[in-house]
Amino acid sequence: MSIGHTLLGLLESGPRHGYDLKRAFDEKFGHDRPLHYGQVYSTMSRLLKNGLVEVDGIEAGGGPERKRYAITEAGITDVARWLATPEKPEPYLQSTLYTKIVLALLTHREAGDILDTQRSEHLRSMRILTDRKRKGDLADQLICDHALFHLEADLRWLELTAARLEKLREAVTR
Amino acid sequence: MTIPAGSLLTAQDLRKAYGPTTALDGGEFSIHPGEVVAVMGPSGSGKSTLLHCLAGIVMPDSGTIMYNGREVTAMGDAERSALRRTEFGFVFQFGQLVPELTCVENVALPLRLNGSSRKEAERTALAWMERLEVDDLRKKRPGEVSGGQGQRVAVARSLVTNPRVVFADEPTGALDSFNGERVMELLTDAARSANAAVVLVTHEARVAAYSDREIVVRDGKSRDMERVV
Repeated sequence: MSIGHTLLGLLESGPRHGYDLKRAFDEKFGHDRPLHYGQVYSTMSRLLKNGLVEVDGIEAGGGPERKRYAITEAGITDVARWLATPEKPEPYLQSTLYTKIVLALLTHREAGDILDTQRSEHLRSMRILTDRKRKGDLADQLICDHALFHLEADLRWLELTAARLEKLREAVTR
Repeated sequence: MTIPAGSLLTAQDLRKAYGPTTALDGGEFSIHPGEVVAVMGPSGSGKSTLLHCLAGIVMPDSGTIMYNGREVTAMGDAERSALRRTEFGFVFQFGQLVPELTCVENVALPLRLNGSSRKEAERTALAWMERLEVDDLRKKRPGEVSGGQGQRVAVARSLVTNPRVVFADEPTGALDSFNGERVMELLTDAARSANAAVVLVTHEARVAAYSDREIVVRDGKSRDMERVV
């Protein structure tokens, strides 16, 4: 999963401090693997250097300075591009796709379009494998079938998610 | 309406409602000769209604369907019926073979309806049955053959008139994965070599993988994924 893009996507709803970003990330996507503070700050420095975020304000307190980050126009374009680019079909890509779908819902983009684009990408791979299977010997057929069944499982997840988009929208925007 | 060069079947902005329920709600796409196009989407999204409109079985409330330079949406019942009989072939999921007829008589039926002699029709029918590897079933009735065999007989029947478009609605829906894929292989091979287009409604990705590209229907809206990706 691209932590940079995910943090950028979370910033679209408004400026946040690094700590708020970590909390939002852990709540939506962290589940069993929360972000380390170090990851948040190193990612934000990189995004800042690349002009995808800017410092919106600094609070000086008793402890270290707290920077508040805001997404830039370039950052919004970058998130949009990432969301619209299908993932290369491979096992266990669901967590990235899940993140994309949730971010699309949070930022009021068309999550159904992301699922449609991903379905196409999967079908493209499945067509290549099906063609190879048709022309190949038994070994080829079995190897291709193995890959096809895995891609099919991904697609079943996509269809199930498509059917539950409205429920997911309600849950994540609550 | 602009029709892309070389397209055989074009749909533009089709809309259809059944009472308060919207079945089709717009979209635009074209299908070319020899192309196998999968129509995908969730249950109830409007896939079958779209297929029925394209095939001239159901008339949309508005929108345009062009087939080979002719406007299907402007045709009367008789003209659409003639178009279906002579230019289109059909494969469905269930109950399409006439139980009282033998398999070869079933395959020959569209030709008989178009006026061919029995001998001539059955000779052509048998050639298609050989192609679909079911010629040994010629004298059996549909009740005496397996689901997979019956579906191959149905595919032979859909191709027997040399249609320009075959409409297939979940053609493998009642078959196991092995038989389903064999039917798809034979259907797409036969259609491609005859340069017939196939419009294939399916919810199964492995079946859709036999297509060249897909149209996705969501909430009645058709989306041509070739234009998107």
